[in-house]
Amino acid sequence: MEKLQKTLDEIKYLVAKFTATGKCKKIKIMEVCGTHTMSIARYGLAQLLPPEIDLISGPGCPVCVTPSKEIDNIIGIIRKYKLTVFTFGDIIKVPGTFSSLSAEKMSGAEIRICYSPSDSIIFAEQNPGKKVMFIAIGFETTIPLTSVIIKDALKKKLKNFFVFSTHRIIPPALDALLSDKNVQVNGLLLPGHVSAIIGLEPYGFITSKYNIPAVISGFGPDDILISIKMILEQLASGRPVIENSYTGVVKNDGNPYAFSMINDVFAPVDSEWRGLGIIPLSGMALKDKYSVFDARKSFPVKVSSLPEPAGCECGEILKGIKTPTGCKLFAVSCRPDNPVGPCMVSSEGTCAAYFKYLRRK
Amino acid sequence: MEPLNIKSSKAAGHSKYTDNSTGSHGDSISISHGDGGFKTGELIEKTISRFIKNSILDNFEDSATLLFGKHKVAFTTDSYVIDPVFFPGGDIGRLSICGTVNDLATAGAVPKYLSLSFILEEGFPLVSLEKIMGSVRKTLVEAGTDLIIVTGDTKVVSKGSADKIYINTSGIGIIDEKVCLSPSRIASGDRIILTGSVADHGMAVLSARKEFDFKTGLKSDCAPLNKLMAECLLCSNNIHAARDATRGGIARALIELARSSGHDFHINENSIPVKKEARALCDFLGMDPLYIANEGKMAIFVSECDAVKVLDKIRKNKYGKDASIIGTVEKKGKGNIILETGLGTKRILDLYYSEQLPRIC
Repeated sequence: MEKLQKTLDEIKYLVAKFTATGKCKKIKIMEVCGTHTMSIARYGLAQLLPPEIDLISGPGCPVCVTPSKEIDNIIGIIRKYKLTVFTFGDIIKVPGTFSSLSAEKMSGAEIRICYSPSDSIIFAEQNPGKKVMFIAIGFETTIPLTSVIIKDALKKKLKNFFVFSTHRIIPPALDALLSDKNVQVNGLLLPGHVSAIIGLEPYGFITSKYNIPAVISGFGPDDILISIKMILEQLASGRPVIENSYTGVVKNDGNPYAFSMINDVFAPVDSEWRGLGIIPLSGMALKDKYSVFDARKSFPVKVSSLPEPAGCECGEILKGIKTPTGCKLFAVSCRPDNPVGPCMVSSEGTCAAYFKYLRRK
Repeated sequence: MEPLNIKSSKAAGHSKYTDNSTGSHGDSISISHGDGGFKTGELIEKTISRFIKNSILDNFEDSATLLFGKHKVAFTTDSYVIDPVFFPGGDIGRLSICGTVNDLATAGAVPKYLSLSFILEEGFPLVSLEKIMGSVRKTLVEAGTDLIIVTGDTKVVSKGSADKIYINTSGIGIIDEKVCLSPSRIASGDRIILTGSVADHGMAVLSARKEFDFKTGLKSDCAPLNKLMAECLLCSNNIHAARDATRGGIARALIELARSSGHDFHINENSIPVKKEARALCDFLGMDPLYIANEGKMAIFVSECDAVKVLDKIRKNKYGKDASIIGTVEKKGKGNIILETGLGTKRILDLYYSEQLPRIC
């Protein structure tokens, strides 16, 4: 507690010093990662910070940034080709425009929640008569795991195993976000786990192009406060750099082995993000060498999506322009048991965090 | 019987997209109706209890209190569908005795007679059933020499129509005329005692599931607490209410009592014991230990004057060694729970709105 109080005192001092320069009244710090959002809400960190600091949430929840059309596409494939589907729990409740995986499961589709991607490949091996599709989701943290099972599938010459990749990577999204004139950010808390894979180098543009301080942070309350302090120190000095406060886990050059696994199996392609639109080279598609496992190529479908639900502000929330309480649907028609937008579905979504920890009755 | 949490629901609009099902035509049961959270309450309120209303049921206590002349009798029933059937620290046999015994104990009753009914799936090994019965006998002996099973039933269904074994037990207990435990007796200033660490059961069961490959030393806390309760009642006349913190965890137990007593509670998160391993596993899976099921933990409400005496008594029982005073009952209010985090920040503790873990008890 003493250490924490010391950090808070330093934060107060730095905020006073910075705001005294008259450059800005509010300091907006965006946490990019959903796990940070959850931790900030759970520990009530905003209550400890000076009122000049605004913590805003960014696009760092893979479920939240997956557009409804992509869910529609997956459902189209499941309906047409009757596959056995494996995926992580969070995505099954995300509404597409006409159904959700959870609704499909209730009407009889074989959808299994797994905790490790390798469950899907083991099942495919044991059930050669069934076609198995793994819905791969996540940023750089989970892409190496998907890469491993795809390489394994090639080695085992599996004919009944497929991957639907919704993988996306973080740096191009940050670039797109910071280039948006509506987005005003004074500092970035960078995701710990993603950085453990990619290291510091891919973030270089944040300082060189946008002149914004950025610190890679761990997930405990003290980790986050120390990283905020480091951002403020950079603001005060006027010399933004990419810093790493999560040195126990993140090495400056990341995890070159995991990175090489990704590069062997996946290649970046243009990809649509909810709220952010199409971002060049931000999605990850299977390379040609592995295309026999690519569900998007193996199971073509034509799906006509319905219009997005009216009033859902997930897009603006993902850019940090709006907060959940600024959305008319929040806690009224959009709740965790009946989510309208993905920010309410994902356990790391900004709206779910607000609903669970910050809502006032 | 499941206690209810009634709250107005404005959910609408997207019911056809998600697994929302509040009883209207075409909707169906989803797994989250069984999680002990918001949707369980909604199901009971809207689809079940409205057909069978009466003044005893409408109290929605863990046990119904029945009057036979001057004699007070507690009556309860519970079904057990846990997966896996054998788990670290217990099995479905031990669980089905402890759960019902503890429901009687929270009413201040001395458990006397139980029923035991099985639904068995074709193919379930007899040797497993014998093992479960051995466990039933051992748990009965532990709970009390005069506790006996006086009636039962056995049904078998064809393979695939049920998963291995489901058990139902009902129980009858005698309440001493001087004893009256009820949420309505909870008063300002009462101390809230928790009898030990939370989340052990849920996390132990989870780590024993085949889809996980976790090696932990965690064991379920599954235990009969009737003797612990009897010791408390013997040492103090100022025990006002008790609730076992099963499905939905300590959070749900507290929320229910806050709402039904109409008092606000102040809870110190730091004083809620959580084993290091359970916390680590929760963090890893993005779960909150306060919402994870226990099968051998109770929250006991006692006047301030007797709190330390009762706490000492509980700590002498082998199932109460880690007991702790976790909070205080505040003035009459809306029935909110204010959770003070380890950092001194405050937030509202609310019902979890979507499933954490199915088939945990």
